[in-house]
Amino acid sequence: MLGRMTLADVAILDSPIIMAAGVFMALVVAAIVGTITYTKSWVYLWKEWITSVDHKKIGIMYIIVAIVMLLRGFSDAIMMRAQQAMAYGGHAGYLPPHHYDQIFTAHGTIMIFFMAMPFMIGLMNIAVPLQIGARDVAFPFLNSFSFWMTAVGAILVNVSLVLGEFGQTGWLAYPPLSELKFSPGVGVDYYIWSLQLTGLGTLLTGVNFFVTIVKMRAPGMTWMRIPIFTWTILCTAILIMAAFPILTVTFGMLSLDRYLGMHFFTNELGGNQMMYVNLIWAWGHPEVYILILPAFGVFSEVVPTFSQKRLFGYKAMVYATVCITFLSFVVWLHHFFTMGSSANVNAFFGITTMIISIPTGVKIFNWLFTMYRGRIQYTSMMLWTMGFMVTFVIGGMTGVMLALPGNDWVLHNSLFLIAHFHNVIIGGVFFGYMAGLTYWFPKATGFKLNDSWGKASFWFWLTGFYVAFMPLYVLGFLGMTRRMNHYDNPQWTPYLWIAAFGALIIAAGIACTVIGLVVSIRQRHLPQNQDVTGDPWNGRTIEWSTSSPPPFYNFAVLPHVDALDAFNETKKRGLEARETPVYSDIHMPRNTPAGFIMSVAAGIVGFALIWHIWWLAIIGMLGVVGTFIVRSCNDDIDYYVPAAEVARIEGLHNARVAQLELTHVA
Amino acid sequence: MSPDSLVAHHGEFAEDHSHEPNNVFGFWLYLMTDCILFATLFAGFAVGRHQYAGDVSGHDIFDLKYVGVETALLLVSSSTYGFAMIGAYQHKLNQVLVWLGITFLLGAGFVGMEINEFHHLVAEGHGPDRSAFLSAFFTLVGTHGLHVTCGLLWMLVLVVQLTVLRKPLDTRYVNRLMCLSLFWHFLDIVWICVFSLVYLMGVR
Repeated sequence: MLGRMTLADVAILDSPIIMAAGVFMALVVAAIVGTITYTKSWVYLWKEWITSVDHKKIGIMYIIVAIVMLLRGFSDAIMMRAQQAMAYGGHAGYLPPHHYDQIFTAHGTIMIFFMAMPFMIGLMNIAVPLQIGARDVAFPFLNSFSFWMTAVGAILVNVSLVLGEFGQTGWLAYPPLSELKFSPGVGVDYYIWSLQLTGLGTLLTGVNFFVTIVKMRAPGMTWMRIPIFTWTILCTAILIMAAFPILTVTFGMLSLDRYLGMHFFTNELGGNQMMYVNLIWAWGHPEVYILILPAFGVFSEVVPTFSQKRLFGYKAMVYATVCITFLSFVVWLHHFFTMGSSANVNAFFGITTMIISIPTGVKIFNWLFTMYRGRIQYTSMMLWTMGFMVTFVIGGMTGVMLALPGNDWVLHNSLFLIAHFHNVIIGGVFFGYMAGLTYWFPKATGFKLNDSWGKASFWFWLTGFYVAFMPLYVLGFLGMTRRMNHYDNPQWTPYLWIAAFGALIIAAGIACTVIGLVVSIRQRHLPQNQDVTGDPWNGRTIEWSTSSPPPFYNFAVLPHVDALDAFNETKKRGLEARETPVYSDIHMPRNTPAGFIMSVAAGIVGFALIWHIWWLAIIGMLGVVGTFIVRSCNDDIDYYVPAAEVARIEGLHNARVAQLELTHVA
Repeated sequence: MSPDSLVAHHGEFAEDHSHEPNNVFGFWLYLMTDCILFATLFAGFAVGRHQYAGDVSGHDIFDLKYVGVETALLLVSSSTYGFAMIGAYQHKLNQVLVWLGITFLLGAGFVGMEINEFHHLVAEGHGPDRSAFLSAFFTLVGTHGLHVTCGLLWMLVLVVQLTVLRKPLDTRYVNRLMCLSLFWHFLDIVWICVFSLVYLMGVR
């Protein structure tokens, strides 16, 4: 009836740490449910958020998932640092190996798939349709489905904390360790199905945004007038469409090995583990660029805005982005130079890897030249950007070191590698997303984030990063390999204590972000925090030409784009604001619960497959397919907003702006 | 000007309200991702195609005549779907339904023959768990068969929508038929690759 689930699988019973985590999660869920019930918000939540197909709301929900999962992933990180600081010689530390192994697996999986990806997709949901002057994405229903698939995947990961276990294989689950013979439990199955669900959501997001950007740009927005952030998202969408199917198939083959006894990656009967490693990195390396390109896009918006001049080398930036997109597919083998391929093969991949640093260098110089002789405003966004430039260049250089096959044979699998990729992921991806969050926060919500807390967060993150990861470079040279639960070398201990201290500094940075969010929300009505005009930073691209938060239809009249940085041009000429707009009826998609229901049903399928509850898997699958068919029979999926209603909403906004101008004059 | 006269005046850049062309374009892009999915499966098959592990090879189990009939069914079904599309463009519902019916039967015949082939292999002890070659073979061919089955289900849903639910054969439904058409022809192309690379090269 319940497959292979037994009472013993309720994991909170055997470890005090997991018990505490489980109780904490239960308390948080109870608190949220209680608050919603107390404030009678269930109907509001259902109507305005859960069933919403509005890209701005979906973007906000993505970022909420990302921040929640950041806290989860970071608590894993701090537990690992504490364990390694303690577990020297005769001391076993406080985490038994089977628990420690789950923690480092969950940390990597969560940070990449459930923190970085939702964060990035959230930012692109908020910004891209506004930047290209569209009313929504090409497929709003699909967008809602994508989000809920990601959310359901994240829930599955968290369920594994209290029911069963998570993988103990590392974040990419290399076979044969991840095969049934060596991982007989449900851990790898949790890993597979949570990632398959979110992976499908991500793939559909890629298709959705590619069509949106190619087909739905405002009139006049030619290719060379597209804001850089949108360009990077276009390239990201291409990478997603080309890379995620490989991930789906790879996990599919691993599942077939585990469920039907096949031999793709097993030790016996002709299986080949290196095929898995090749396939997973043929997805995995593009994935790295799926994460970093949007961060580059954010910096390319932030730097011109706060240097108050146009971006240096716009076209070079576009070509560099496209180059990186292409090159990211011809470097995957550098993740396993030790596979035993010939020297020439290794040399090829070493050289292509080094070539990637050229377009990346072009970008760095473009940002520097944009800042040169600009009137720079040192907001927290600019700090994140400058912190990125220094940190990312260091990370890039250690990357070039690893790209030399000879070096790599020595440093492979050591803490040097760990330091390198945290160097680029924290210093590049995460700093970029934090800058992006601060930058578009007023656009999404109508009020600004508190910049003092933002700056405090930045400084803690920056110093914390260096204190936590520079010792790891040294440890790599000293020969310490990754994922060690326990070690005998006394020389390593002081460095690990420093690294643990660095993690605490980062914890302070995260605390500042959370406090900053709370403070900003509580003080949102103060006049200096309000974004009445919709253009808080004196922005250059057209997302700043509409109000904040934008009306659900984004633009009352679709903007006509006649230049790069179109909104800046308009402001310089002082046009448009004085024109009396002509409103017409606006065509909008209706909200639908179908995406939510299908995702929940898909989550049930995943859960049932993990526990081998076959009848439940069939019911869940019928739910997914049935809901989709019912939805496809519904023709009432859109409506028109009457021009009079548009005029009323715009009138309210204009009145607020006029009020503000009056107070300024007074 | 009164607000009413403003409503009637659609500006030069009034957006195109139908997202239908986007649907076909988006679906075509999805097919390209599906293409990469199959490419990965082909890569897996290329790696495992000689790993017999003491069990059978393609030469032992493939019956080209049987697979030839199977192939013929699928290829002909592509043509019959083409006739259905001609009917759809002329908004002749009966022509669409007749040709879709024929296509459905041919597709179902293909899936049936494949299931029969798989059944025989498993019954003779050559299931997908016997060697890497058999794993790769069953997975590649089975994934294609699963796609065809989804196509059949989709066809069924469209027919029910057009008949039982009496949906009009307008642009919206012609576009849906168009998407399924793309899907169906795409699966044909994939099958040609399967037939050449798996069966023809396997019997040598």
